[in-house]
Amino acid sequence: MIAYFISLLLIGIPICWVEWTIGRHGGQNNFHSTSGIFDFILNKPWGKYLGVIGFIVPVCIYMYYVYIEAWCLGYAVNSIAGNLNGHNVNFQEFFGTFTGASADGVDLKFGLTEVGIFVIIVYFLNFFFIYRGISKGIELVCKYAMPALIVIALIILVRVMTLGAPHPDKPDQNIMTGLGYLWNPSAVAVLDAVSGVEVARYPDAAAIPANYQGEAYTEKKLDLFLSLMNPQLWLAAAGQIFFSLSIGFGVIITYSSYLRKNDDVVLSGLTASATNEFCEVGLGGLITVPAAFMFLGAAGIVGQGTFGLGFNVLPEVFNHMPGGQIFASIFFLLLFLAAITSSLSMLQPGIAFLEEGFNISRKQSVALLGFVTGIGTFFIWYFSKDLKALDTIDFWVGTVMLFIQATILVIIFGWGIGIKKGWELAHEGAEMRIPDVFKVIIKYVTPAFLLTIFGMFLLQNVFGWNYSFSDAQFNPTGYVRDLIGSEDSPPNLVSRLSVAWIIIMTIFSLILVNRAGKNWTKRKQTQTKEASL
Amino acid sequence: MTNGGWITMILSVGFVTTLFLFCIIRVLRGPGRNTEHELGHIEPIVKDKINER
Repeated sequence: MIAYFISLLLIGIPICWVEWTIGRHGGQNNFHSTSGIFDFILNKPWGKYLGVIGFIVPVCIYMYYVYIEAWCLGYAVNSIAGNLNGHNVNFQEFFGTFTGASADGVDLKFGLTEVGIFVIIVYFLNFFFIYRGISKGIELVCKYAMPALIVIALIILVRVMTLGAPHPDKPDQNIMTGLGYLWNPSAVAVLDAVSGVEVARYPDAAAIPANYQGEAYTEKKLDLFLSLMNPQLWLAAAGQIFFSLSIGFGVIITYSSYLRKNDDVVLSGLTASATNEFCEVGLGGLITVPAAFMFLGAAGIVGQGTFGLGFNVLPEVFNHMPGGQIFASIFFLLLFLAAITSSLSMLQPGIAFLEEGFNISRKQSVALLGFVTGIGTFFIWYFSKDLKALDTIDFWVGTVMLFIQATILVIIFGWGIGIKKGWELAHEGAEMRIPDVFKVIIKYVTPAFLLTIFGMFLLQNVFGWNYSFSDAQFNPTGYVRDLIGSEDSPPNLVSRLSVAWIIIMTIFSLILVNRAGKNWTKRKQTQTKEASL
Repeated sequence: MTNGGWITMILSVGFVTTLFLFCIIRVLRGPGRNTEHELGHIEPIVKDKINER
């Protein structure tokens, strides 16, 4: 948590302020897309190309986000239909079948327990709302749905805290050990001697029961100081802050470009970060990880990503609470509403770019985006085995490109606009002031921290370095092995196709930016002429 | 859970909850609370003006 909060202060909150400020500054000068805003701020021929990620990221993420959104709607409907209730439900099996993770193409079906029909519904709902306008539709719903989601989360939190030990035959897996798993600053992990996988965790060595002692197991001390010395901890903490706040998405910059000059971006940016942190640490952290520990144990948590926790563990919790069917239905429905607001926001940067770059109508830009994202969503929907296409695009676009974009943003603010002018822009209309120490943080610390973390991220997640200088080993991770193959397995075709799709999208976007840049240059020349007259 | 665990949890959850409440109160009590949040310039909802920004 120490690393997490330091990352929040050094990366999360500063970049939020930066993105809100840059966006509003661009908007005041009639630019609403990342490329247009960078072109205006930097006033260099290459400036607009730095913003291309601000178009690629939301468009590509939208392609798989609607697929996940369809899961939420599908889980809500299946909860209402009673398919997720009863003690005989195998949630992992249901998830595999429903999402098509068992084989490619299996979910091109349209039954209640397959995702197909929900993908179609969600896809058309998104474009219906973005075309018709959301201010009196989704915004109104969100006004009530989001607080309701927090209330439901609080009810679930109470249920998790009162679960006791849900498996009578495993009394060790109770709420106190679940909380301890997440919050204890030091502990002793019991590892399988052969695989090295953690199978249990205890506060100290004396608490380890006899059945986990012997040659089959080894012990690993998890100490606060040792943990803070571990670069992987900092990488994980920074990554978590980074991705949960959606920094560098290209969405905040576009939406803040529509703000008025006297709107408070300092308070807005801080509120956005604080709300996310409250939901993530105060609610999500207290619900999902302790619940996962209680139902799956320490060994079960290993390898459970967000999807596993959300779609396997939470249904288990609902199954163990009175009125669980109702709560599950409401929860997944609200989650769907939360997701649809996010996906709608992902379309706006693309629409803004096409409209201002090519002077085309909203109808035309929505149609073009609908066509391009439709191809991508179908690709992800069809190649669903092990969620390989989704995972590959999420890694290279939703992770790697976000790092790059956030770094570009903070460098443009600190060095392109200049910290003095940037500070003035940020405080226009602001009720509260950003502490001056953040001048140094934004100019020097955040870029250095981001570049270090990004370097470490590449070394670990791409090249697979073991962080050892004396016995350095590089074992490329699955994302790279899937592309180039290894001695054990050939390259993965779906991964290669996914990366090919990203490359096509990038080239396509660069061409669009190039053409849009010519229009912006003409616009600037016209404005200069008009000003001189 | 150990004493260290309790302290870490209370400090962490307390910090994010306090920050969240502080921001929400500032937003609700601030001068912007009565601002008319028209979004017509972002997503026009009048059919005849669908292509206007």
